[in-house]
Amino acid sequence: MAQHCAVIGIGQTKHRESRRDLSIPGLVREAALRALEDADMTWKDIDSIVIGTAPDMFEGVMMPELWLSDALGAAGKPIFRVHTAGSVGGSTAVVASHLVQAGVHEKVLTLAFEKQSEANAMWALSPAIPFQPQLVAGAGGYFAPLIRSYIRRADAHPDTGCMVAVKDRENGCLNPNAHLHLHQTLEQVKASPMLWDPIRYAETCPSSDGAVAMVLVSEKHADRVKNPAWVKGTSVRTERTIFAGRDQVNPEAGRLCAKDVYDQAGITNPMKEIDCAEVYVPFSWFEPMWLENLGFAEVGEGWKLTMEGKTRLGSEMPWNMSGGVMCTNPIGASGMLRFAEAARQVRGTAEQHQVDGAKVAIGHAYGGGSQFFAMWVVGSER
Amino acid sequence: MRDVAIVSFAQLPSVKAIDPSDEPELVQPVTSQAMRQVGLTQDDIGFTCSGSTDYLPGRPFSFVAAVDGLKAWPPIRESHVEMDGAFALFEAWVRLLHGDIDTALVFSFGRCSLGPVPDVLNLQNDPYYVQPLGLDSISAAALQAQAMIDAKKATERDFAEVAARNRKQAMDNPNAHIKGDFDVDAMLEEPYLSSPIRKSFCSPMSDSAAAIVLAAGDKARELVKRPAWIRGIDHRTEPHALGQRDLTASPSAKLAGQKAGVGEGKIDLAELHAPFAHQELILREALGLGEDVDVNPSGGALAANSLMTAGLIRFGEAADRVIAGSANRAVAHTTSGVCLQQNLVAVLEGE
Repeated sequence: MAQHCAVIGIGQTKHRESRRDLSIPGLVREAALRALEDADMTWKDIDSIVIGTAPDMFEGVMMPELWLSDALGAAGKPIFRVHTAGSVGGSTAVVASHLVQAGVHEKVLTLAFEKQSEANAMWALSPAIPFQPQLVAGAGGYFAPLIRSYIRRADAHPDTGCMVAVKDRENGCLNPNAHLHLHQTLEQVKASPMLWDPIRYAETCPSSDGAVAMVLVSEKHADRVKNPAWVKGTSVRTERTIFAGRDQVNPEAGRLCAKDVYDQAGITNPMKEIDCAEVYVPFSWFEPMWLENLGFAEVGEGWKLTMEGKTRLGSEMPWNMSGGVMCTNPIGASGMLRFAEAARQVRGTAEQHQVDGAKVAIGHAYGGGSQFFAMWVVGSER
Repeated sequence: MRDVAIVSFAQLPSVKAIDPSDEPELVQPVTSQAMRQVGLTQDDIGFTCSGSTDYLPGRPFSFVAAVDGLKAWPPIRESHVEMDGAFALFEAWVRLLHGDIDTALVFSFGRCSLGPVPDVLNLQNDPYYVQPLGLDSISAAALQAQAMIDAKKATERDFAEVAARNRKQAMDNPNAHIKGDFDVDAMLEEPYLSSPIRKSFCSPMSDSAAAIVLAAGDKARELVKRPAWIRGIDHRTEPHALGQRDLTASPSAKLAGQKAGVGEGKIDLAELHAPFAHQELILREALGLGEDVDVNPSGGALAANSLMTAGLIRFGEAADRVIAGSANRAVAHTTSGVCLQQNLVAVLEGE
């Protein structure tokens, strides 16, 4: 590809269950202004805006980018709207990076948001569709059988999911923007109510209001900051919903997506060549499942890395240093938060949850019934 | 920049209702036809991108179901925009510029028959201050049309003539929904839906689906004798609040047209996405299209308007005429939002 792309500005809101202090335009502006300030830019410097959010029905505004144009200073500029289910935050960043890499625009503001307090997302995810059985179970009801299948196949230790919850919440306490700040013991997590066996309440992500924004630029603008994060690889992969050949526990689309970004970034051994990862883990058990899917562990071995504490901050392969989706989940923004937190790590700006000397990190997002995947690899060196 | 072209286009005829049909049943026929026309299958496609909106079927993630209309196995590089399919074409164009893949499939689908579309479009407005007013799309367009009359830029007869011309041109288009030789004076006798808008000045509410195949460089030349090269493509938006805009002009279409290079050579034809008759006049002025330009030979959106698809169909109709050799340089246009808030313009050219 013709152009290098760098992340030079990152901003996010304080995430909470309800940001009643802000309208939706106020929410996106809070994130965008922080990203612009981080990039030492103003609205005038931006050529183009790429925005992502999950289904419009969550806020009740159809194609809200039209309305949010005013709040984002978009008049006279291109504004582009991506929607790829739960992976949307990641896909949106990928589309923005492509505009720079293709040489179409030099300075792109990309942004994702969700204001879950203005709707009820769980039930919006389970609509009654003619001639189809209604799931009436929310996302947890969809994913619980996949997790049970994983535990059976891998003969995984039953505490693995609880260990992830404890670790991610511990990390979230280091992140002032995180929605949940919870110090939980393993015993407390294990004692929390079972919602969808084997998913306990404490093993689920919260519903959050929040937004995140990044400024992506071409090489010639990267020296506006002393520590750009360079985009080393991007990829998206999709597979069908209904297809007998699918393995939803270890989806082929996820494996191909990971292989694609690793190839672009020259990574052959993720465990050795990647310093840390922000991965979309909305239910705690997805950490061991994605450890295998993304090539950090052999099939059936992912849960051992978790149980051995290797994914903790300060250990061999920190995952979700920011607290991840388990601490903060503004759905449409959750994917971009992973991408942005990966970029913060290689820029060395992750403050209390910084991995010492992080040079290469991945951001990951998935959506639908484990069928839409988006990833990027970012590095401190071009 | 790498040369990228439209090499194939397929559409379902726009009709009042394609019923019964779910997303795969809309998507599969057009995508497979568009690929088959140039001898491709999904396995040959480097990138797939679609455009649609959940608010037509009234369910979240309707595009997820659409993927089941594709052979997405092994898993494919795929993306979706909550915009007209023409914006999906823009994303696919950007993707092809990278140079690692040579072909892209773009599609969109829209069924207006599933709900009260003018009322649904009120949900595009500011939810705190404007949505409660119930500003449906026809009432909003009426504010714009009245502003044109007040500014002495057009009369109601001008609107009727635009509608009559488009529907007459559509008589040659087997995919058009409303067509015929309509009498201008009779149109002006129709009652107002929302003054000064009468029924004939509005586009019909149609169901349809469409697909386009893009190819880059030599791959495009290999697939068709005369690809419709995308010489320029750009989109721009305007302030959302109607009170902040001069509704009688379209600075976003004008700027997008300049960036796309509309004025850099003679234009043979233009396919403009004007859901209301008066909007064609605004767009013609913004894009600097003179009387010598054949505007909407297909009949345009006034003859067939399936939401989210009508814009991609404009690209397909313009490209087909370039591919066939009946036009050398064509403009394709798509709009989005209330009163032409956002506009996408491309220039398509033969070799």
